[in-house]
Amino acid sequence: MTINRSYRKIKLQYIGRKEIRRINFTEASFKKMLLLSAIGLVVVLLAIFVTLLISSLPSIKAIGVGFIYGKTWDPVVDHYGGLPFLIGTLLTALLALIISIPFSLAVGLFLGEYFRSGVISGIFKNIIELLAAIPSVIYGFWGLFVLVPLVRSLETTLGVPPYGVGIFTSSIILAIMIIPYSVSLTAQVISLVPANLKEAAYSLGATRFEVIKNIILPYTRSGIFAGILLGLGRALGETMAVTMLIGNSHIIPTSIFSPGNTMASVIANEFTEATGDIYLSALIEMGLFLFVVTTIINVIGRRVIKRFSIN
Amino acid sequence: MTIEYRNIRNKLFKGIVIILTVICTLPLLLVLYRITKEGISAINWDFFVNLPKPVGEKGGGIANALVGSGLIILMASVFAIPLGISIGIYLSEFKKTKLAYFTLLSVDVLQGIPSIVIGIIIYLWVVKTMGHFSAVSGSIALSMMMLPAIIKSTEETLKLIPDTLKEASLSLGVPYYRTILKVILPAGITGILSGVILSVARVAGETAPLLFTAFGNPFMNTNITKPMSSLPSIIFNYAISPYEDWHKLAWGASFMLIAIILVLNIITKIAQRKWRVQF
Amino acid sequence: MKTFYAALVATTLLLSACGGGKTDETKTDNGKTEEPAIKEILGAGATFPFPYYSKLFDVYNNEKKIKVNYQSIGSGGGIKQLQSKTVDFGASDAPMSDEELKGSPSPIVHIPTCLGAVVVTYNIDGNPGLKMTSDIVADIFLGKITKWNDKRIKEINPDAKLPDLAISVVHRSDGSGTTYIFSDYLAKVSSTWNTKPGKGKSLDWPVGLGAKGNEGVSGLIKQTPGSIGYVELNYALQNKMPIASLKNKSGKFVTANLESTSAASNVDLPADLRVSLTDTDAPDGYPICSFTYLLVYKNQKYDTRTEAQAKGTVNLVWWVIHDGQKYAKDLDYAPLPEKAIKAAEANVKSVTFDNKPIL
Repeated sequence: MTINRSYRKIKLQYIGRKEIRRINFTEASFKKMLLLSAIGLVVVLLAIFVTLLISSLPSIKAIGVGFIYGKTWDPVVDHYGGLPFLIGTLLTALLALIISIPFSLAVGLFLGEYFRSGVISGIFKNIIELLAAIPSVIYGFWGLFVLVPLVRSLETTLGVPPYGVGIFTSSIILAIMIIPYSVSLTAQVISLVPANLKEAAYSLGATRFEVIKNIILPYTRSGIFAGILLGLGRALGETMAVTMLIGNSHIIPTSIFSPGNTMASVIANEFTEATGDIYLSALIEMGLFLFVVTTIINVIGRRVIKRFSIN
Repeated sequence: MTIEYRNIRNKLFKGIVIILTVICTLPLLLVLYRITKEGISAINWDFFVNLPKPVGEKGGGIANALVGSGLIILMASVFAIPLGISIGIYLSEFKKTKLAYFTLLSVDVLQGIPSIVIGIIIYLWVVKTMGHFSAVSGSIALSMMMLPAIIKSTEETLKLIPDTLKEASLSLGVPYYRTILKVILPAGITGILSGVILSVARVAGETAPLLFTAFGNPFMNTNITKPMSSLPSIIFNYAISPYEDWHKLAWGASFMLIAIILVLNIITKIAQRKWRVQF
Repeated sequence: MKTFYAALVATTLLLSACGGGKTDETKTDNGKTEEPAIKEILGAGATFPFPYYSKLFDVYNNEKKIKVNYQSIGSGGGIKQLQSKTVDFGASDAPMSDEELKGSPSPIVHIPTCLGAVVVTYNIDGNPGLKMTSDIVADIFLGKITKWNDKRIKEINPDAKLPDLAISVVHRSDGSGTTYIFSDYLAKVSSTWNTKPGKGKSLDWPVGLGAKGNEGVSGLIKQTPGSIGYVELNYALQNKMPIASLKNKSGKFVTANLESTSAASNVDLPADLRVSLTDTDAPDGYPICSFTYLLVYKNQKYDTRTEAQAKGTVNLVWWVIHDGQKYAKDLDYAPLPEKAIKAAEANVKSVTFDNKPIL
């Protein structure tokens, strides 16, 4: 019907050269608009990078590589060393990965192999997807009132300072937040394993566990790796929940129960109040670092996915 | 290895997979339970129509944040939807070009940028240029975060529409732009719409990019060039405060936010199932 | 990239023009006054006086129909946002340092609004009222005293039941005037503190957890057993948190309250009002108090600022140091002493627009 209507209108318009010229012009502008919007996006991305780079120059000039290994972040004397935050970021992200990997693998197998379709699968799939829909700030809020007291009693039992907040608490919340991202990919690649491969193994008398161990996991290795990588990208840049739960301390963490700070949480805490050009610039430099690292991770991740889906 | 051992191992593994999967659903249930429990008791008439009161005075509400969130997201959608759809069309129509490759790469990169970095960028681009914090800068930040989902859903939906449809239209002499706008887009509209709704649900709870852009405002404000409050930012501010009243407001606001997000997600789910693009 | 930038700026301007249009419309129904009425003033800064300011600005909105949007983002943030001209006024508990004044685009005047006290508050079982000396406070925050039942705390609190519990220090994570006042005091009384970490709005803390704002610190202390931190008096009282009494210079243990805070403010004031009141000589004075300031540019004509906006800002400040003072006591802040009001008036009057005084 839609086509009909368009057709009729065109017939009416097909009267003179003027109209044709007008249509041709609109046609050209339409294509130009599509082209411009696509170019625009690439330009915005480049502009983000250039802006971050230019704005971090004062700090790069003033501090140089000391930014990476400097241990003290002291705005009083204008000295900015990012090591505590680098360690804090890596520690929380890695810990979150370690916690999340068994879970995301299990859910991936659950959805991609054991329960591929049906009501149960649908329910669990939706629940896991909704985990990703809950805003970071709500995870932080919930963590503050539910998780922190639990972690505190654990810490009391273990005999470490019972802060409650800290690297460990943030990592648990981060793990919950990245599971859906890893799962969506893991489940997908696991379900893509060719049936004939699996059937061949079954016909040789393999149990399901053996099929998973010897066929599915080796076959999907790169896809699972990409899922983990994307989860890592997510964990590195996550801000609000971590800011609320990590304890915001500028000391290099000495254990997983120590309070700490990640790059993102430092930016969230100090960006609006950074007096002094170098201070602000040092914070932007951390933003640049996050941008570059997450970009690299994402590009590698997508490459792996692409190669997998071509296979 | 006896067959019994292998069978037990097989069953054991399946059991572990199921247990771990069930554990994974616990956080969602626990979060929803706690927020519903605390949130519902915080919600009353005052909650919707009043502004926050000074500390210690009863009967404060979050009307400013509700209106603010609504406006900021509405504006973000106005920026992001046309642009996103247009880029999506380009990607599906000219997928072989070099530009399409780079654009698609940019979409992936944009999707991965931490929201706090988007906040920094919009602070440098918009807030600094305008000279003050404003709701519109927050909307621009959110619209950047909405783009990837809209572009992807547009591109993927349009990819599913068979070329024959387009060719039929073109062969009737319908100009290209009319073919796209009147034939291709309407055919894929549900897919695109569900992408849009999902992107709204995703940014509705974003806090980090609003910290340095929309800022906050204890009063009702509908002027988009002025700072504006939003649900996530008051949840953040009230959650870390020491006051019981404010915690209550934060639970209530969290409940509202979660409810909105869940409803949007469910709408998308139904839309995807019922009106899936099929040919 | 340049074109993109230009396009971006253009859209923003366009949008702001639309938004501006909208406000003009609403303005007309506000009655046709001689001078265009302003509707909103934006301020940001100290969290220390936030309970007081939020009360004040609520009253101001009811009386004058002018909305003062005050965001308590910390004193450091207040100074930063004023310097980058994103707000009409800044607020800080720490007077701006000489470097900060030098780093500002034009001269800034300090207008004190009230007096507040920073108290040491904690969370241990039963919350006994503890006494503390400056040495003990310094050593706790330096991480040298790590247990609540430490010998030195026991010595001066023989009756208190002190648990065998690790001390969790809580400090500010944002740049804060409260931190400045607290560290200014510790730097005066402890030479170790003076060399490291020193005094400032953000410090390189040797131990502890960081929390955002006075709100965040009190919130975290309430949540964490065994914790200790420093907050503005009002936050501790409102949340029914225990307060340590401190030994002042004259050797007396003093609790923070209106009288002991006022007593500490009885000093000679310099013309620019940038003064430190900590470690007072007054025998009944509480040792950690300070004025808290509003900060405005001396020359209000900058960028695209209108005279109405400048006038509105100055009128607000004038109102705060006069009519606003009566709300201070209810919220446990000490009103300004007569001397300080006189000096503050002079400062407000020195504010100009286009070289003409505004008041």
